[in-house]
Amino acid sequence: MLILIVAIFVELVVSSRLSIGRFGWSFLTTATWNPVTEVFGAASSIYGTLVSTTIAMLLAVPVGLITALFLVELAPPAIARFVGTGVELLAAVPSIIYGMWGLFVFAPWMAGYIQPGLQSTLGFLPLFQGRMNGQGMLTAGVILAIMILPFITAVTRDVFAMVPAAVKESAYGMGATTWEVTRRVTIRYGFRGIIGAALLGLGRAIGETMAVTFVIGNSHRIRPSLFEAGNTITSALANEFAEASEAIHLSALIELGLILFLITFVIQSFAQVWLKRVSRGMGVGL
Amino acid sequence: MKATSHVGRMGLDVTIKVLAGLFAALALVLLGWILATVVTRGATALNWSFFTELPPGPGQAGGGLGNAILGTLVITALATLIGVPIGMATGIYLAEFGAHSRIAAPVRFVLNALVGAPSIIVGVFVYTLMVEPFQHFSAYAGAVALAILMLPVVARTSEDMLSLVPNTLRESALALGAPRWRVTLGVVFRAAKAGLITGVILAVARVSGETAPLLFTAMNSSYWMSSLAEPTANLTVTIFNFAMSPYENWQRMAWGASLLITAFVLLVMLTTRFALRAQERQR
Amino acid sequence: MKQALTRHVQIQPPGLRKETSPQAPLHQGSALTVKISARNLNFFYGRHQALFDNNLDILANQVTAVIGPSGCGKSTHLRVYNRIYELYRGHRATGQVLLDGKDILDPGQDLIELRRRVGMIFQKPTPFPMSVFENVAYGLRLHYRPSREELADRVETALRGAALWDEVKDKLDHPGPALSGGQQQRLCIARAIAVNPDVLLMDEPTSAIDPVATAKIEDLIEELKQRYTIVIVTHNMQQAARISDFTAFFYEGRIVESGPTKQIFTRPAQKRTEDYITGRFG
Repeated sequence: MLILIVAIFVELVVSSRLSIGRFGWSFLTTATWNPVTEVFGAASSIYGTLVSTTIAMLLAVPVGLITALFLVELAPPAIARFVGTGVELLAAVPSIIYGMWGLFVFAPWMAGYIQPGLQSTLGFLPLFQGRMNGQGMLTAGVILAIMILPFITAVTRDVFAMVPAAVKESAYGMGATTWEVTRRVTIRYGFRGIIGAALLGLGRAIGETMAVTFVIGNSHRIRPSLFEAGNTITSALANEFAEASEAIHLSALIELGLILFLITFVIQSFAQVWLKRVSRGMGVGL
Repeated sequence: MKATSHVGRMGLDVTIKVLAGLFAALALVLLGWILATVVTRGATALNWSFFTELPPGPGQAGGGLGNAILGTLVITALATLIGVPIGMATGIYLAEFGAHSRIAAPVRFVLNALVGAPSIIVGVFVYTLMVEPFQHFSAYAGAVALAILMLPVVARTSEDMLSLVPNTLRESALALGAPRWRVTLGVVFRAAKAGLITGVILAVARVSGETAPLLFTAMNSSYWMSSLAEPTANLTVTIFNFAMSPYENWQRMAWGASLLITAFVLLVMLTTRFALRAQERQR
Repeated sequence: MKQALTRHVQIQPPGLRKETSPQAPLHQGSALTVKISARNLNFFYGRHQALFDNNLDILANQVTAVIGPSGCGKSTHLRVYNRIYELYRGHRATGQVLLDGKDILDPGQDLIELRRRVGMIFQKPTPFPMSVFENVAYGLRLHYRPSREELADRVETALRGAALWDEVKDKLDHPGPALSGGQQQRLCIARAIAVNPDVLLMDEPTSAIDPVATAKIEDLIEELKQRYTIVIVTHNMQQAARISDFTAFFYEGRIVESGPTKQIFTRPAQKRTEDYITGRFG
């Protein structure tokens, strides 16, 4: 197993040799991506990955938390089970299906309702200007949010359920409302677990390929508007790998993959260490 | 001291509660939307020829995805054959001997890291290992990629299921004089059988819907497979290719394939959950 | 037989009506008022009835002990007083519970206000995952908008009132859960009294605490009753005899007998009470 991880790493590095050699550190900062002139830079892909993931987290974490609250504190058991199953099914839908739905159904919907709405109200912000064809960073971010929502909800729900009844009752007993108990006591109690959940969701969002590829377009330019097409590391790989004929193109793509691997590895390791701290019991937390 | 407003606090509380209900409903609405889309758009494509014929040329009518369906089945089966034994072996190791072994912690750490590894990176990795050196894509490569994805999941669920078996069971078998490996394979395994099988089934179902790892390993093909060492048609990559194309017939078939995959994955998930719950109720 | 079991013994000078108004003095020579009065209280967990026709008066500034064998409904009864049972589906109470003459089971009752006035301490100490200071400040921040000085002031007062100040005054920002068991429980008490309640409900507050700390808490209760009304559920009869002024004996969801502790423990009117007290069962 260990061998495997090391092997992946090594292989990726080896294959990116060409690209690393040619571009060095500037690979990370250049935004150009031109197979014709054979100049490649990862900046736009990294940017896209960051932006789409950030949008996804901003949407999914609060919604996930509050949905988990619903499941644990508010819903009658039958409804909680039903909704819980629904959330799990959302998680089971293969990512390419999200891509299909995203491209053919959701993007048009975004173009028809959300994007115009955003542009008319917040159009003074460069974030929401430009063409509205339904694709782009924002749509990708939203679909990512939908995809990681089930993970965040499920883990947070478990975290909430672990708070001892007596502690919750103490808080209620002091005259707090449900939201106040949740905000000040429950969330604090399971704080680390919630962070763990968020990190897990983050890891998944970063590595998500197919759904993003379908709706983000394939542009290597960095543009401020969220309606514009862009790319992420994963979408670049998916779109271009099979047709990359030049060795340098291929190598650049592999280097992208290496970067992604490193990022997810770091996040994963951090999440694991963090969660281990939680379960070792610091008196407070899970 | 000024008192806080009860009305204000309760107002906020009610707002959040309503929001919570809305969000929960939202999740269900999204799920329904996605499923409805897949079903309505995919159902029209499913007919007998869909399951038996080869894909049509660009812009042509008719045809089917018989080769892709077969390809997916074959690749997934192969992946299972590779991934499950290794995964389960790891899970057994961790569950039975993990407490006393020093390798256990790093192994578990790596496993968890693998679970989070993006599937496309696994695809790239297998590409560099198994495709580039031989200069062609193959079903083998695809299967290996899927197996690598299955590994950590199977390992983890196996470990969990085996850990659920109470230690007293192990101890009574050992007390009877049975050697350790016998105890493990015979007694513990049998006790955890249902959970182990469920874990495997779920992992298989999940992996069957993967696209990215197959993109540069098994690729795709328009023909029936004649050997495992060549690019092999499969449902997921076909969906990707056909969906991105401008041809209406191809797009329709992509939906049909989507319906197949979704139905498979969801049905497997639901049945295993019901089965598990029914079994728990029996206890 | 059933009559005898549910007869409620009340102290009253001969000649006074059985129905007492909340303000009427009950005992000659001292002005004892009724703080809480449960009338025909029944309680249901779903379809299962746990409390039958409870009638009980809790007197102000006195310690009332609620005793009885396990599962007899003492905690259930206690938890009606702050309606904490409402957190759970299917838990239901019928009848009346008057706090200073107003029925708190009325749907129109402001729960936030009720729970500020009626505090609760649990068997297992429940410090919140925050610092000592923030634990005590929790209720204050909920119900008021205190300035920083007011907050610090009230927290110190509460901690002193719980006989905890000297032990934690240098550790105010240490996490609450890091205190010892007995200290945690006193922290919970401080937290509860910080908001100036009228009543303190204690559900077996010392059963998870070591004997030395228990003694401290029992002394504390003796002091606290000067400012608060205390109802304490306990399965420890010696404790009940030591610290309470009045005692109610529960059995299988009914109040068998209640009255001054001294009387209950020396001359119980019911045989079942006597059996329990002398340890013949439970």
